[in-house]
This record gives sequence, structure tokens and C-alpha cells, in this order.
Amino acid sequence: MTRRLLSGDYPRSRMLATLLLLILAGLAFAPFAFPGTRSLDVAAKVCVFILLVASYDLLLGYTGIVSFAHTMFFGIGAYGIAIAATRLGPTWGSLVLGSLVALACSALLSLLIGMLSLRVKTIFFAMITLAVASFFAILASQLSGFTGGEDGLTYKLPQLLLPGTKLLEAPLFGVEINGRIVSYYIVFFTAAALFLALLRVVNSPFGRVLQAIRENDFRAEAIGYRSVIYRSVANCVAALAASAAGILYALWLRYAGPDTTLSFDIMIDILLMVVIGGMGTMYGAVVGATLFVIAQTYLQDLMKLASDAAAGIPLLPDLVHPDRWLLWLGILFILSVYRFPAGIVGKLRGRQ
Amino acid sequence: MSPEKDELPGAVLDKSPLALIPVIALVALPLIPSLPTWVTLTVAGLAMGMMIFIMASGLTLVFGLMDVMNFAHGAFITIGAFVATSVLLPLAGWTRADSLWMNLAAMLLAVLAAMAVTGAIGLAFERVIIKPVYGQHLKQILITMGGLIVAEQLILAIWGPDMIALPKPVTLRGSFIFGDIVIEKYRVLAVLVGLAVFAAMFLVLNRTRVGLLIRAGVEDSEMVESLGYRIRRVFIGVFAAGSALAGLGGVMWALYQETVTSAMGMHVMILIFIVIIIGGLGSVGGCFIGSLLVGLMANYVGFLAPKIALGSNILLMVLILLWRPQGLYPVAKR
Repeated sequence: MTRRLLSGDYPRSRMLATLLLLILAGLAFAPFAFPGTRSLDVAAKVCVFILLVASYDLLLGYTGIVSFAHTMFFGIGAYGIAIAATRLGPTWGSLVLGSLVALACSALLSLLIGMLSLRVKTIFFAMITLAVASFFAILASQLSGFTGGEDGLTYKLPQLLLPGTKLLEAPLFGVEINGRIVSYYIVFFTAAALFLALLRVVNSPFGRVLQAIRENDFRAEAIGYRSVIYRSVANCVAALAASAAGILYALWLRYAGPDTTLSFDIMIDILLMVVIGGMGTMYGAVVGATLFVIAQTYLQDLMKLASDAAAGIPLLPDLVHPDRWLLWLGILFILSVYRFPAGIVGKLRGRQ
Repeated sequence: MSPEKDELPGAVLDKSPLALIPVIALVALPLIPSLPTWVTLTVAGLAMGMMIFIMASGLTLVFGLMDVMNFAHGAFITIGAFVATSVLLPLAGWTRADSLWMNLAAMLLAVLAAMAVTGAIGLAFERVIIKPVYGQHLKQILITMGGLIVAEQLILAIWGPDMIALPKPVTLRGSFIFGDIVIEKYRVLAVLVGLAVFAAMFLVLNRTRVGLLIRAGVEDSEMVESLGYRIRRVFIGVFAAGSALAGLGGVMWALYQETVTSAMGMHVMILIFIVIIIGGLGSVGGCFIGSLLVGLMANYVGFLAPKIALGSNILLMVLILLWRPQGLYPVAKR
């Protein structure tokens, strides 16, 4: 059972297995273990980003492609839901339609970009995706009649998912079972299922070919695998998974805007999560996304203490200022690329 | 694009990309309602192109020579702009004086300071960040992105998160007016500086011994090394010079926009990448033509249909890649 579920790719480290189980348990029982709006928001964001980062790892860690267009696909998913819910009203039908259109757009766009630029070098692809993604972000903020511009779109969801809807008369374990909890579990189970599907992909023969291409595309080609086709398909699968993450995020936030889905800052966040968690290991996405989102939310409180403690020393308070938390993660990122390219997961596995 | 067998081993100028600039200008002519507007837009486009060229040339040369694409180049642009604010704002007496020479002296000081700072940071950046990952593209992209994150955060820590206003010196404000044609004074300065940088670069690359080494290194660095030259040292110099040019471009761009933000470098980087891809990765001449094309396109389309200005540049890039998949002037070994 476990073997089938994990596609034979075990954590292979007692520490890592414990960590993953802790994260799983924490997310599965989040509404009961950590009641409160802020912590439920954090848990949902962790679920969404685990899926998003895992799909990016399929590209970066397994295939060796650097794409800066991942937030674009994330945004397409989110805007698909947002536009459908705004235009067609808050029904399940419009949500399904919005999701399907978004997924189709992502698949088409990713294939197009792939065919145009995956033949050439890594750097070329990275530069082209960066240009296209920034164009897309600007487009989304310019077409304000359609996308809500800089303000984004706020919309209603079907009755079942609204916080006002009570499902049970009495609270369960002291927590009121309302529409938010239903939304959370939709996000959690979809993200978990898609994560396991991605784990299946990277451990399939197809995934092995991707890793062969990453190691040496010339040899992979010589054995008879058309690397352009494999790369394009990987790009497409990753784009679809990213759109799915966008759809879940839009369902959770009931809002889609450039800052939450399309901005380059999110792309940088994804990069940090993949590299710190561990490239080329799907579990790295779990560890990286969880640590990062928690750090994003709670590290600032910690740094505020440090900043107050360092008051009076020149420059130091500025460096540990709560807004500078990304500085330290950036340094950690550089050290990870040099010192432990397989990230936290690689470090944990190496200890055994 | 294979060399003919009777061709002598000299640089043969491929002329067809050169024709693109007049072609774009002429295509725009009938679309724009009046001739003076067209002249104004053309000059504005050339000026913008020159500023982009100043910022992009260093990056493309570094890539051509050592196969390193520095994604943190935008941070050098931003640092240059912020250093300029630190120099120019205290010198307000000079920039507000109604004398062209005082204004230019203040600008010169700002440019020198910015170039010194970004050049020095470029040296350190090469040593600390890039040196360990030569030849590994994936790691290079990641590591320079990491450098970009850290640099942006340091900028925020030193200069603060607020936008800084940086007004142009008094005598460079306003425009020259010939009949209906309006040409901003600052754009004329930008064209002059851009031409000076291009001329200096052209002379250094084609008329000096160092330039010969650089060009040979772009073609085949192993061969140059086997002849006994330390190509690494040449490269470090080129990297520092490229960073200093980014600083110069940052000052020019900041005064043109009259505001400085920590995100400005990243915004320009997108145009720079488009320019480098259009020109052919590693080619300085291609970068020059690409910059002018992008500058012209941005101004014409910005006038005709402002909403799709950046989109038009992406379209230009796609069209050029369909015509020449490696860019206008492909560098042989890439």
C-alpha cells in the first residue's frame, strides 16, 4: 500500500521520514490542532506551495530546465477560477469550466514556449521564459476590464465553501465545522493527490529519461530518446500541476491578483523553496515549502526581537530588521547551491 | 551560415541586420499621423536604445567571453542609480545651478562614483559568487539569482525601502524645439553618451591588444590560453568593466526616469534580455542593433497602442528568432 502510494520512492532516512510524517499530520489535522484563521491560512498556503514547488522541481531538479514562467501558469490557474466565478456567477459549473479552460490554456502555452525555445541552451530558455512571464504579468495588470488590473478580482464561491455555512450543529473537537474547513480539506486532499501523482511521474520510466537528459542530454539523445519531446512534455506536465496549484489557491483565497500569483517575487520564493528543500527530490518540495512559508510568517516576529536587541549598533539593526528576512534566506540559498546542492533532504539522506 | 571556403579569416560584416533599423523606422512612418511626431519618437527611441545598450553591452560581452550569464546584472544597475542619488542629492547646489558645466560636472562625479562602486562590487561578485561555478549553467543561473536576492535586500537595508526622487540637473531639463519637432535635451545627452560608449568599446575591441585577446577569447578561449595568455585575468577585467557599465547605465536611466526604486534594475533587465537574445548571445554589434530596435519599437508602439508596448518587443524577439534562431549575429561556438 505505502509502496504503491509512494511509487517505491521512500524517504530513505529516519529523520526525513519523521519530519515528513510530522508535516503530514500537521497539515491533515491543521483545523483542529491549530485553530485560528491565521494558522489555517498558513496551512492552506503550505499545501498549495508544496504542489507548486514539487511541479517546479520536476523541471529544475529532475529535467535540469530553469524556467521563470512557473508563476505565469500558477496565475493562469488562479485567474481561470477568478474570471469564471466573476463572470458566470458562483456555481460549481463555472468553477469546473474555469479550471478546464485554465488547464487547457496552460497546456497550450507551455507546449508553444517549449517548442520555440527548448531546443536551445538552458540559459536561453531561462531568459525567454523570464521575458514572456513578465509580459504576461503586465498584460494581466493592463487588461483591467477583464482581470481587475492591479487590484485583482474578489469573487464569491458556491454556498458550501463560504465561512458562514455550518455543516454540523455542534462543534467537533471544539472547532466549528464550516465552509472554510471544507475548502481546506478540498485544498489538502487535491494537493496531496497531485503530489503523489508527481511522485509517480518522476519514478516512472518517463521520469528516468528526464533524469538521463538532465545528466547528459547528448547521451540520452544517442540512446534514442528525443530530448526535445521529453523536455516539452515535462514542461507541460509541470505547467498543468502549477495551474492546478493556482486553482486551489484561488479557491482558498477567494481572490486573485498580480501580487498573490503572478509577481516575480513568488518566482523567487519558489526557487528558494526548491533549492533549500532539495533539488531533484520530491520530498524536498514538502520540506522546503513548509519551512519557507512558516519562516515567512513567523521568522519576522523573531527578527523583530533580534533587531530590538541589536539597537544602537550601526547597520546591524537594519540587517536583522523584520523586513530583511529574505536577505538571510538568500544567503542560505547561495550556501545551499555551493555546499549541499541536494538541500535539506540530501543532507538528511546522506547521514544514514 | 558556414564560412565559404575562399573566405579569408577576417571579420566579414553581415549587413542585412543593419537594414532592420531603417526598415522599422520607415514602417512606422505612415502609421504615425505627423512627420514631426515621427522625428520626435525616432530620436526618443534611439536615445532609449542607447541607454539600454550601455546597460546590456557588458552583460553580453561577459557571456560571449566566459559563457557566464549574470542574472544579477540588474542589481548593478540599481546600485549605480542609488549611488548616484547619494552623490547628486548632497550636490543639489551644483545640479540646481543654471550652468551647463556645473550640471555636467555633478553628473560626471555621480557617474564616476557609480562606476567605481559597481566595478568594485563586480570584482568581488566574480570572486565570491561566480568563480566556483564556471561551466555549470544551471548552477550559474541559480547562484546569480541568489546574488540578486541578497543584493536587492542589501540595497533595501542601506538606502531604505522608499522611492527616491532624483530630478535632472536644471540645464538638462526641457527640450530643443525646431518647428514642430520636440527633442528632449536629456535624450540628446543619452545618445551622445551611448555613441561614446559604443565608439570606445569598438576601438578597444578592434584596435588594442587587449581587445584582440578578448575577441580571440570569445572565439576560442582554450586556444588563447594555450598560447600563454591568462584569459581568466582578461575575463575578470571584462566582468568589472561590464559591471561598471551597468552602473553608468543605471545613473543614466535613473535620471531619465527621475525616480529610483529597488526594483528598477529588474524591470530593465527584461528589456536587456530581449536585446541580448535579439542580438545573438555574446555579440556586441548585435546587442547595439538589438538595443536600437527595442528602443524604437517601444517608442512607436508606446505612442500608437501604449498597452502593448512590452508585448511588441516580445513579438519582435519571436519574429527575429524565427528568421535567425540564434539571434542577429550568432557567436560561432555557441
